[in-house]
Amino acid sequence: MRSVILICRKELNAYFTSPIAYMLMAFFALIFGFVLFNATRDFIRFSFQMQAQGGGAPMSINDQIITPLLGFASTITLFLVPMITMRLFAEEKRSGTIELLLTSPVTDLEIILGKWLGAMLLFLCILAMSMINVALLFAWGKPDLKPVLVAYLGLILQGGCLLAIGAFISTTTKNQIIAGGVTFFVCLMLWLLNWFTANDTGAVYQVINYLSIVTHFDNFSKGVVESKDVIFYLSMIFFALFSTSRAMESLRWRS
Amino acid sequence: MIKVEGLTKRYARTVAVDNISFEVEKGQIVGFLGPNGAGKTTTMRVLTCFLPPTSGTATVAGFDVLENPMEVKKRIGYLPETPPLYPEMEVIEYLKFVGKLKGIASRDVPGRVDEVMKRCAVDDVRDKLIGKLSKGYRQRVGLAQAILHNPDVLILDEPTSGLDPKQIIETRELINSLAGDHTIILSTHILSEVEHSCERVIIISHGKLVAIDSVANLTNRLRGSEAVALELDAAGGRPNPTEVQQRLETVAGVSRVMMKDSKNGKLIFEIESLQGKQIRADLARTVVNSGWNLNELRSVGLSLEDIFLQLTAAEQKDTEPETQGVQA
Repeated sequence: MRSVILICRKELNAYFTSPIAYMLMAFFALIFGFVLFNATRDFIRFSFQMQAQGGGAPMSINDQIITPLLGFASTITLFLVPMITMRLFAEEKRSGTIELLLTSPVTDLEIILGKWLGAMLLFLCILAMSMINVALLFAWGKPDLKPVLVAYLGLILQGGCLLAIGAFISTTTKNQIIAGGVTFFVCLMLWLLNWFTANDTGAVYQVINYLSIVTHFDNFSKGVVESKDVIFYLSMIFFALFSTSRAMESLRWRS
Repeated sequence: MIKVEGLTKRYARTVAVDNISFEVEKGQIVGFLGPNGAGKTTTMRVLTCFLPPTSGTATVAGFDVLENPMEVKKRIGYLPETPPLYPEMEVIEYLKFVGKLKGIASRDVPGRVDEVMKRCAVDDVRDKLIGKLSKGYRQRVGLAQAILHNPDVLILDEPTSGLDPKQIIETRELINSLAGDHTIILSTHILSEVEHSCERVIIISHGKLVAIDSVANLTNRLRGSEAVALELDAAGGRPNPTEVQQRLETVAGVSRVMMKDSKNGKLIFEIESLQGKQIRADLARTVVNSGWNLNELRSVGLSLEDIFLQLTAAEQKDTEPETQGVQA
């Protein structure tokens, strides 16, 4: 456990001593702020119209601002993940520091968990940027807290899942650009698959749709925690990290 | 301390290490010698548990690298060919990280780091980013990293490569000062390094063990023949170099005469004797009887360099008929 924390701290240090952490946080804050601004402006304009005309359906900050906003955040995640994970193992392989880790008295599992946790914590820092905006909504409106928390839980689970997949891809190459590129492609495919298969009902489509990581976020964004989604994410994280440890093992036998 | 038996490491198409066996006793410094690509790094990587062997066994302090890698890793300090450094870390921060990684108790880490930084002379750059250090400092930080947890066995892969002469001497002194407490294996393709620091030499070439012996023995064994440098005064174009060469070749016991230089009115020859022959007296007599002016006559002795070339060349000659056979 000591080694996991040690490696996790080392990863966090590496993120925060280089511009990458700040860049990603700024990038996310900017886009999220922009989308929030638009959503809020439309919401206000619409509510003024309703007031002038009188009547209409009751409006909700939760449904009309927060849900679409956090759904959008889940899409941005797909673009952030490759930039977080691409260096995890590829950089160590290129610079030779992997030899230090693999010849030190720590297990592969401790190395992988440490690195994944480090990436997770950076991801949480990035997500935290959006809380500033959401806090503003709470300051001036009265949205429901629970669905917001559920949506954040979903974002964290989905992020953990994608980060684990990214970590796996990073073990397979020395080249950060390739690691990032492939991870980005995989994330993009997951997103597109969700689009392609959304309206089809055939068995194959349903399987693909189920495996597409993004679909499992839908329930979370509506404020519903379904055990099958949680189990899906946790088992995907486990599977991806397990593949990572296999990939590291094969690294020893092959190279 | 280290015991390697029948070690073979095969990659997809090539055999990097082929059936190597050797033993290293506690406190010894052993030089691992071979041309580039001979399998030195691969053998070291097996010993450090970085690579598993294809067949054969390797044990460090009685622990097998495959069955008990954790115990082996605790007892080994390893400096790979490129020091494993994180450029974004400060020296002290890096060493503290490695200290904890190697399992030193947290409260002992700062003291141990201080000690090692002094010993490796990196104290003055403790707060600098590793990425900004010169090659020499990086190598020393790498060495500091390897000895940090006071391991029984030190494995150093080309510890002086890329250093300037002054740094080479300093690093060599540092390594020598570590002997005794630590068993050290260092690999190199620079022979003078082995002559300076090592008690025993393991020579490998093309993945095979060529020789394993003490430095003194190896030099003696192969120094049956003598090499002599001879300088003649040849002002005014006399004597004629070819004439000198021919006459020297007729001296009893001479196996080879090579002309090294003929500048500034001087002729310099290098002459090798047959096994066990003393030729200096006969050479001097021949020179004087021919009426030439002798400037200098001295024994040069075969360096480890020559021995190494002889050994690896002999090994190649042995394998040559085989390859021809295959081609035919």
